[in-house]
Amino acid sequence: MSGTWAYIAQRTSAMIMAPLVILHLVVIVYAVRSGLTAEAILGRTQGSLFWGLAYGLFVLAAAVHAATGVRVVISEVTRWRGRSLNLAVSAFGLVLLVLGGRAVAAVVL
Amino acid sequence: MPTMSALNVSVWRGAADGRFETFEVPHSTNQTVLDVVTYIQRLLDSTLSYRFACRVGMCGSCAMTVNGRPRWTCRTHVTKVAPDLRLEIAPLKNLPVIKDLTVDMSDFFTKWQRAKGRFAPTKTRSDPVEKIIPDSQARQAADAGIECINCAVCYAACDVVTWNPDYLGPAALNRAWTLQNDTRDGDQRQRLRAVAGDAGCHACHTHQSCQEHCPKNLNPTASIAGLKAAAFRAALTGKL
Amino acid sequence: MIRPHRNHAGYWAFLLHRFSGLGLAVFLPAHFLVLGLAIEDASKLDSFLVWTEGLPVKAAEMGLVFLLAIHLLGGLRLLMIEFLPWRDWQKTLIVFAGGASVVIAFTFIVNAF
Repeated sequence: MSGTWAYIAQRTSAMIMAPLVILHLVVIVYAVRSGLTAEAILGRTQGSLFWGLAYGLFVLAAAVHAATGVRVVISEVTRWRGRSLNLAVSAFGLVLLVLGGRAVAAVVL
Repeated sequence: MPTMSALNVSVWRGAADGRFETFEVPHSTNQTVLDVVTYIQRLLDSTLSYRFACRVGMCGSCAMTVNGRPRWTCRTHVTKVAPDLRLEIAPLKNLPVIKDLTVDMSDFFTKWQRAKGRFAPTKTRSDPVEKIIPDSQARQAADAGIECINCAVCYAACDVVTWNPDYLGPAALNRAWTLQNDTRDGDQRQRLRAVAGDAGCHACHTHQSCQEHCPKNLNPTASIAGLKAAAFRAALTGKL
Repeated sequence: MIRPHRNHAGYWAFLLHRFSGLGLAVFLPAHFLVLGLAIEDASKLDSFLVWTEGLPVKAAEMGLVFLLAIHLLGGLRLLMIEFLPWRDWQKTLIVFAGGASVVIAFTFIVNAF
């Protein structure tokens, strides 16, 4: 049953992200209307608990989702499987989490 | 049967390292692809190997790749698949070729067993007969998948089997799902464990090729989805 | 082109889902790095954002919006199949997901100028 938990992580993160992606698409279209500037972006996000939590959760779910997704793609197009692959995609997820966490911190704090 | 014209038929010869050989076969009305193969074997080249038994879509032994798609050849009309009168007939994919159009089905049936595709009785003959309500959800779910004839068309159509040779495949998982919905069965937990994970239902990408190509119009994709959700719930409640 | 046994709606939906997912996974680190520019100095982020104002970058961004939308809608279809009872109108859902994603991408580009 190896892979069951990877599947659970994949689908759970997907369910978490679905409303967040809809929110993100709305924000993208809204933000681009007035032109993208650092001032406009930071004006919305800085000091906001809501955006901090929403995008913090988004980053966490995206990191899990991307790592588990890439795991399946690699195992299907190459012969790389098992523990070393799991470690490698975990590292990829961790990099996304760190970079994403840093990005959220940059626009919220 | 009046002959109208000639079919141009390429047939796979040899094992995996074989090649296509071309035959000319008279075309007739209501001719099936199996008729074409039989014509070649009886009248043009008796060394051609292929399998068939019932000729009426029950036994599941005559499946081949016809113009790139897996099909049951006994119930596939030439006019339907080859309007230009050109046929390319190859062995099923995802199974080792023995010779010509025959493949080794061992993997297919071994996986059927690995998925615990076998009924595990819980009663003896002295027990009363179990009452099963025909329109209960479980009975309906089992019903939907139970007409499988083991032809391996879905298995040959499935790219996940190609990419992940350990994958149990649509037929075995569909069988497992029908048994998971059999209230008389006593092997539910072990079976769910056997079909979960990277070699089981969770490897499925919902290509729906099994559903698309199943000659019996079954929907293994839906069966596999049922297993995914059942295993998901079981794992989260510590019952997997 | 596409092999005959793959040429059906479900497989096309899979291809869109896989390639959009891969595209987003590749884009994500870059996205995070750019936003992270603001951690030191907002003007660094600004000078990058100026670069994104041209048509080529906006067109690429439209592509990214399409990838995000199709991955979302295709993914919702998969979750629906896996966690809700089976519906037979999968082809309709696939066409809707594709069409809606194109509309969302155009909504983005129309609002960008």
